Amino acid sequence: MMEVSLAYFNLAAAFFVLVSMALMLGRLLLGPTLYDRLLAVNSFGTKTVLFLCVFCFVIDRPDGVDIAILYALMNFIATIAVLKFFSYRALDVSLADAHIDKQVTKGDKV
Amino acid sequence: MIISLMMAAGDAASQAGPGTDWSAILAGLRDLASMLSIAIGLFFVLGGTLGVLRLPDFYTRLHAAGMTDTLGAEMILLGLIIQAGWSPMTLKLLLVGLFLLVTSPTATHAVASAAHQAGLKPLLGKYRAPDPTATAEEGH
Repeated sequence: MMEVSLAYFNLAAAFFVLVSMALMLGRLLLGPTLYDRLLAVNSFGTKTVLFLCVFCFVIDRPDGVDIAILYALMNFIATIAVLKFFSYRALDVSLADAHIDKQVTKGDKV
Repeated sequence: MIISLMMAAGDAASQAGPGTDWSAILAGLRDLASMLSIAIGLFFVLGGTLGVLRLPDFYTRLHAAGMTDTLGAEMILLGLIIQAGWSPMTLKLLLVGLFLLVTSPTATHAVASAAHQAGLKPLLGKYRAPDPTATAEEGH
């Protein structure tokens, strides 16, 4: 009895995380600036990790959590890479050499 | 710690034999704690999403997303850990929680810092912080 209700609860939790992801997609499409969209993508990735974790409890297959670990790392690296690209207009810039002062002058196009 | 105590008590009670069925009660309590934790996490996640949709400014949206995502994700993962019990699954879920706990605030900070460097200004509305002397004069 309790097992069954817990399974339904997990299913409902997965559904609500999906609803949250869909709403976040709205901000991704509407977002006026680049950074709004980036924020939405990052948050969407976090919610994807949550959905994978909850859903692999629903279907009772523990493999999904491995994918969730991978997705959490990839999401962070992707966000940092996109930020670096739009800040320096290149990916092969050493962050040790890049100074903040250089970017203020040419960053107003964003 | 309370959770691990509950789990240990559940294991001990299952070997205690007939009488009061403590193991079922403790399993029910464990499910209840898991449901409560997941419900709190869902509340924060949905609230943060609504904040990202509704708030007027990039920095306020960043505040809504960055803060609630961290807490909501950790609460949902805590609920799943309570469900999983002592298993390799718990270790993986703890790993996911650790990664999220480190990377989510870092990514939020990086986005905020990049937006600030690019010259994105926060939206300042008509509201100003009330001047205490002015309100005192209006009171008279």
